[in-house]
Amino acid sequence: MKTEKETEQTAVQVNGHDHITGSEALLQSLIEEGVDTIFGYPGGAIMPVYDKLMDYEDKLTHILTRHEQGAAHAAQAYAMVTGKPGICFATSGPGATNLVTGIANAFLDSVPVVFITAQVVSGLIGTDAFQETDIIGVSMPVTKWNCQVKKSHDIPETIAKAFYIAKSGRPGPVLIDITKDAQLEKLDFKYKKCDYIRSYNPHIPLHTKAIESAAIMINHAERPLILAGHGVLISGAEDELKAFAEKTGIPVALTLLGLSGFPSNHRLFTGMLGMHGNYGPNLLTNEADLIIAIGMRFDDRVTGNLKKYAKKATIIHIEIDEAEINKNVLVDVEINNDAKEVLKYLIPLVKENSFEKWIREFRICDKTEYEKVIKPETKPENGDLRMGEVVRLVSELTKGEAIIVTDVGQNQMHAARYYKFSHPNSLVTSGGMGTMGFGLPAGIGAKIGRPDKQVIAFVGDGGFQMTIQELGTILQYNVPVKIIVLNNNYLGMVRQWQDMFYDKNYASTELINPDFVMISKAYNIPAIKVAKRQDLNSSLEEMLAAKGPFVLEIVIEKEGNVFPMVEPGSSVSEVRLTY
Amino acid sequence: MKQEFTISLFTEDHIGILGQITIILTRRQINIDSITASESAVKGVQLLTLVVKTTNEMIQKVARQMEKLVDVMKVFVHTSDQIIYQEIALFKVTTKGLMSGNVIDHVVRAHNARILEVSPEYIVLEKTGHKTEITELLSQLEPYGVLQFARSGRVAITKQVKELNSYLKEMDEANRYKTEPALN
Repeated sequence: MKTEKETEQTAVQVNGHDHITGSEALLQSLIEEGVDTIFGYPGGAIMPVYDKLMDYEDKLTHILTRHEQGAAHAAQAYAMVTGKPGICFATSGPGATNLVTGIANAFLDSVPVVFITAQVVSGLIGTDAFQETDIIGVSMPVTKWNCQVKKSHDIPETIAKAFYIAKSGRPGPVLIDITKDAQLEKLDFKYKKCDYIRSYNPHIPLHTKAIESAAIMINHAERPLILAGHGVLISGAEDELKAFAEKTGIPVALTLLGLSGFPSNHRLFTGMLGMHGNYGPNLLTNEADLIIAIGMRFDDRVTGNLKKYAKKATIIHIEIDEAEINKNVLVDVEINNDAKEVLKYLIPLVKENSFEKWIREFRICDKTEYEKVIKPETKPENGDLRMGEVVRLVSELTKGEAIIVTDVGQNQMHAARYYKFSHPNSLVTSGGMGTMGFGLPAGIGAKIGRPDKQVIAFVGDGGFQMTIQELGTILQYNVPVKIIVLNNNYLGMVRQWQDMFYDKNYASTELINPDFVMISKAYNIPAIKVAKRQDLNSSLEEMLAAKGPFVLEIVIEKEGNVFPMVEPGSSVSEVRLTY
Repeated sequence: MKQEFTISLFTEDHIGILGQITIILTRRQINIDSITASESAVKGVQLLTLVVKTTNEMIQKVARQMEKLVDVMKVFVHTSDQIIYQEIALFKVTTKGLMSGNVIDHVVRAHNARILEVSPEYIVLEKTGHKTEITELLSQLEPYGVLQFARSGRVAITKQVKELNSYLKEMDEANRYKTEPALN
């Protein structure tokens, strides 16, 4: 691939330290890749790395979480809000296996995170040594790529490769497992960034012919609909999407992870797709004659029953991952390229148009949804507080400028539905995995990544307690993240399904909770609890005005349900507004 | 409808690549009928040949998942008529059984099998051919006392004219076209 001579020419000598340990080589490699923040947790096998970390304090900030899972989620959130890969350290054995949920979460949501795990000394591998697990085998199905390093001189090249793979193409998590002896062994350090791997080519030549065919279809469509997903945000194609929609006049619907990729208040925005998405885009997917899917993967939560999905539509699929094309939905035009590049080429080919009659159908749906669902959820006049009204108020008070982080379940769906996003990459949520416990550590990672932004994490009482120990991380680093605990004393989403599909048999979903305010205060985090409507606004203002971290517990109606809903097995056109 | 497919994967010679490939098949509940790993004509490139039974729709999905793996260069899927393929089998048969009557002539030669070794107790035969031919020979030898039987996985050569080398060259050229990665 590269000759000795090439390596020689591009070699970087760092501070004259050419003979350093593997641990230092790892840290210097990270610095070469522009890393300044690491989330992690030490342990026996990774001690040589942590020992050297102290020497690089001016360049590398290490955030010690309270559990490796927290470090993984924080690193993912950091990546989602900064656009830089997240970095996460853990030791061998349980340290590494504790990462697995976080790795899988990043994998399903295509987020670049470089995981570094330590491994027992190479001579002990395979002997069931103390704190030895085969993390390469364990993480194989949930990483984009993984690799074990047993020789210190392989560290720089492997790290360079890891960054290239994590960031390019469809991004994803990678894991490098470094043996303890490789961390200690010395090497001559040279660093060269990777930009080519023979067996991996993420730079696909533009399929111009397919794009030209797509343009003809778009110019002839009568009821076209754009379904845009996370790929728009990953490729940085928000402006192109807006320009494309505005030129063609085609309405836009977003997937959960696509939210904030198109302004929520735009006249062409029709809402969120999926099980708890908006009424219009779900119902009218089955009325569209052309679907332009951009950077999305037709997840089952988006499509509902595939046999009754978009049967009247010709489908154009713009998607960087070829394996996603024709996986769930058979499409008519495949465009296996980066979303931004495709849209740039496509925009001049499409004609200016408007679909006022078609868009009016969405507005009629919006009106129905507003009367039956949105108004009672976001502007109730009596009864207990509702999640929707909390999110609406937060959205109004922050003017859509905040970064919203969510946990999983009802809190997540309400946050996604009722926050009006005005900037790209301002929603951090666990989409594909639906990992409870994601919210709190992700809130920490997001705030560390974007200290200039107000970062608000919505969590439920269930998910909060899955990673509640991360309040300790907030305490230690004084991370000024705002946490809203939407407490209904239930695992709300599971209870909703029990309510609807299991004869109200509330099996193991009621929670007897501790005093969250006292717990927060024990971590020296200011906290208040609100249960009355007249106190909601002032308490939210107090939270938003706080300079440091803040926990606001809000007592929510116990048995509120999220609507609309496309029931499992139903078609998107059978979306229900009420129960 | 399920049918037989031969998957040829050209991969980097990396530890664990087979594991990554079998994970994809396991998730889709596809059994591997036969598997062969060897070096390819290109130095440093491994060739894995897998035989599976599945639907045409599923094989396309699975092949794309495999090609997505970072260490996999190229995946080819062929039906049996698009390739030339063989398997090899070894039979250990009792000498007494095989030397009686006209067995060598009627069975061994008739099936184009070859005698590899002869001892007072046993004779080792080799047969190269398709799975059905080998199975047929086995059933004919069974009355004479088969002590051991071992069969290899499939090895296959495609009938297409374009070779891996030209794909590798194309990939190199595509790489030259590349633009900056989207992130960072």
